[in-house]
Amino acid sequence: MARFLLRRFISSIPVIIGILALVFALARMIPGDPCRAALGERATDEICDAYNERYGLNDPIHVQFGIYLKDVATGDLGESFRFGVPVTELLIQRLPTTMELAAAALLIAVFVGVPLGIISGYRHNTKTDVATMVGANIGVAMPVFWLGLMLQYVFAVFLRDTPLALPPSGKLDAGLIPVPFYEVWGLPENGFMEFLSEFTLMNSLVTFQWEIFSSAFLHLILPAVALATIPLAIIARMTRSALLDVLGLDYVRTARAKGLRERSVVLKHALRNAMLPVVTIIGLSFGLLLGGAILTETIFNLAGVGKTLFDAITSRDYTVVQGFTLVVAISFVMVNLLVDLLYTYLDPRVRVS
Amino acid sequence: MTTTTVGDPILQISSLETHFFTRDGVVKAVDGVDLTVGKGEILGLVGESGCGKSVTSMSVLRLIQNPGEIVGGSIRFHGEDLLDLSEKEMRSIRGDRISMIFQQPVGSLNPVFTAGSQISEVYEIHEGLKKKEGNARAVEMLQKVGIPDAERRIKAYPHELSGGMAQRVMIAMALAAGPELLIADEPTTALDVTIQAQIIDLMREIRNDLGTSIIVITHDLGIVAEIADRVAVMYAGEIVEEADTKTLFADPKHPYTKGLIGSIPLAGDRREWLDVIPGRVPNLIDLPGGCRFAPRCRAREEAGLTMCTEQRPELTGVNDEHTVRCFLYQEGAK
Repeated sequence: MARFLLRRFISSIPVIIGILALVFALARMIPGDPCRAALGERATDEICDAYNERYGLNDPIHVQFGIYLKDVATGDLGESFRFGVPVTELLIQRLPTTMELAAAALLIAVFVGVPLGIISGYRHNTKTDVATMVGANIGVAMPVFWLGLMLQYVFAVFLRDTPLALPPSGKLDAGLIPVPFYEVWGLPENGFMEFLSEFTLMNSLVTFQWEIFSSAFLHLILPAVALATIPLAIIARMTRSALLDVLGLDYVRTARAKGLRERSVVLKHALRNAMLPVVTIIGLSFGLLLGGAILTETIFNLAGVGKTLFDAITSRDYTVVQGFTLVVAISFVMVNLLVDLLYTYLDPRVRVS
Repeated sequence: MTTTTVGDPILQISSLETHFFTRDGVVKAVDGVDLTVGKGEILGLVGESGCGKSVTSMSVLRLIQNPGEIVGGSIRFHGEDLLDLSEKEMRSIRGDRISMIFQQPVGSLNPVFTAGSQISEVYEIHEGLKKKEGNARAVEMLQKVGIPDAERRIKAYPHELSGGMAQRVMIAMALAAGPELLIADEPTTALDVTIQAQIIDLMREIRNDLGTSIIVITHDLGIVAEIADRVAVMYAGEIVEEADTKTLFADPKHPYTKGLIGSIPLAGDRREWLDVIPGRVPNLIDLPGGCRFAPRCRAREEAGLTMCTEQRPELTGVNDEHTVRCFLYQEGAK
C-alpha cells in the first residue's frame, strides 16, 4: 500500500512540471503589456523599461523560466505586480474562501447527487426517474453565471424581507470581523495560522463566534448551490447509469438469492460496485468546481482564488496568474491522487501487489 | 402425473406460468410446467438454451425481475404455496431453506467483498450471528466443500479464486444455512472438465451426507446421466418428457429427447455425422398452435400424424414412472 502510494505520488511529479511550464507559457501569451496594465496606459517608455528591468521581464524567456522554477521550489511565488504583496500572502488570504466554497459545493453535489442517482437508477423508467433525469440534464446545461444571477434574484430580491431571504454577495455581513482562533487561544501568529484562520466557518465554529458562523453559513449557501449544480447533475447521471449496469449483474442475483433485503442488495452489494466510476467522476468534477469558482466568486463577490485569478488575468498580473493557476492545478492533481487511493480502498481488484 | 420420488415430495410445481411482458409481445418462457422433487432426490432439468429452465428455477425463489411475472400455477414447498407468501416470508426461505448456485461462479460472487464475508452474510441474515461467529462458521463450511487452507481462502477476493474454487465458495454459501433444496443452474458449464467432475462428486456427496434435494439444471445430458435420479426434459416452456434417468436414456420416447440423446458425441464412437434436430427453437412470443415441437419433428411425418399442428398434446403416462407429451404414444392419434 505504501509503495503504491509512493509510486502514484512520484508519477504525479512530471504532471506538476508540465503544469509549471504550461502556466508559465500561458501567462506570457495573454496579450498586452504587463507594465502598462500595472502602471496605467500613460506610463512612459522609460518608466516601463525600469519596471521590466526590475521584474526581470527583459530577460530571455528560458532564464525567466529557470528563475521561476527556482523560486517555486523555495516557496516564493513572486510578488503581485498590481498589489505589490507576495503571491503567497494573497493565497493565504484567498485560498481558504475558495476551499470552503468548493468543499460545500462538493458536499452538496455528492450528498444530493448520489441519492438522486440511486433512486433514479433503482426506479428506472418510472416518473421519478424521468423527472430526475430531466432535472439533471437541465442542471448540466445551465450556465453557472446565469444560475447565480437567478438565485440572487429569487433569494435576495424576490424573497427579500421574508425568512427565506439569503445574502447575495460577500462572505460576511458588513461590520462583522471574525477574531482569529490563534488570538482567542493565545497562540503565536504565523503564515500557516493565518491561513487556517481564514477558513471563516471553521474558525468561528471552534471559537464559538456564533453570529459570524451563521452569517458565513448563510452567505455560503447561494454560491455553493450555484457551483454545485453542474457536478451534482453529472454525479446523479453517472450514479444512475452505473447502478443500472450493476443491478443486472450475476452477483446482485446471488445477493437476492441469499435472502437479503432489497435495501441491502442495492445499498450494500450493488452500490459499492456502482460507486467505482462515480468516484472517478467526483474527482474530475473537482476540476469543474475550480473552473466554476471563477464565475461563482465573481458573481457573488467573494474574494477567493477564482475572483483573484479573474482580476489578475484582466490586469495581466503575471505572477498572480502563475501562482494561483499552479495552486489550482496542483490541488486538482492532489484530489485525483486522493480519488485513486479511495479507489484502491473500494475495489480490491485495483490493489495489485 | 405419477413420479418416482426418493422420499416424500418437498417441492411440487404445478401448471407454473411465468411470462415476460416485453415491447415485442408476451414471452411465455414457462408455460404450464409441472415438476416434483422428492426429499434427497436429485432431479435433472434438461433442455436447450432459452427453453425456460432457468426461469423455472428463478420462479421457485420468486426472483423473477421486471418485466417478468409469475402469472399462474403454484409452487408448493412442504405443501405451502410459495406464491402466497409475503416478500418478507419469502426472504426467510431464500438462502435458508432453498438456495441456489449459478453458472458463472466468479461473476456470481461480489468482487468487492471477501469470500468469507459473503458466506458469513448468510449466517448473519438467517441465524442472526455476529460477523466474527459467521466467519468461523464460514471456515468450517469451506473445509466441508473441500477447499484446502480455508482460513486463508476466506480472506480471498473473488478475482483471486479459480473458477472451480469460486464454485466451491458458491456451494459453501448455498449450503451455509443447511437448505433442504439446492437449485444448481448450470453449475459446471463454465468449468474445466476435470473440475466439472469434482463439482459433480461434491454435489453427490452433499445429497448423500446431508440429504439435500437438488435440482440440477443443465443442457449437458452427460452430467444428468452421471448425477440425476430422475430427469425432466424441457422444450419451449413446457416439460415434454419425464422419467428416471436409466429409463430415459435406455428408452427415450419423445422425438425431442431422442434427438438430444442422438446428438451427444461419444468418445470412441466413430460416426460420420452426429444426429441433429432440424430447425430452431420456436419463438416464445409466437408459439406454434399445436405441439411446440411439431415443426421440427420427423417422427410425426414418418407416422403420418396431422393433429400435432392443431392440438396441444398433454403429458401422459407411458407407464407409472415415465410420462411424455406426444401424440405418438396416445391411442387414437391421427
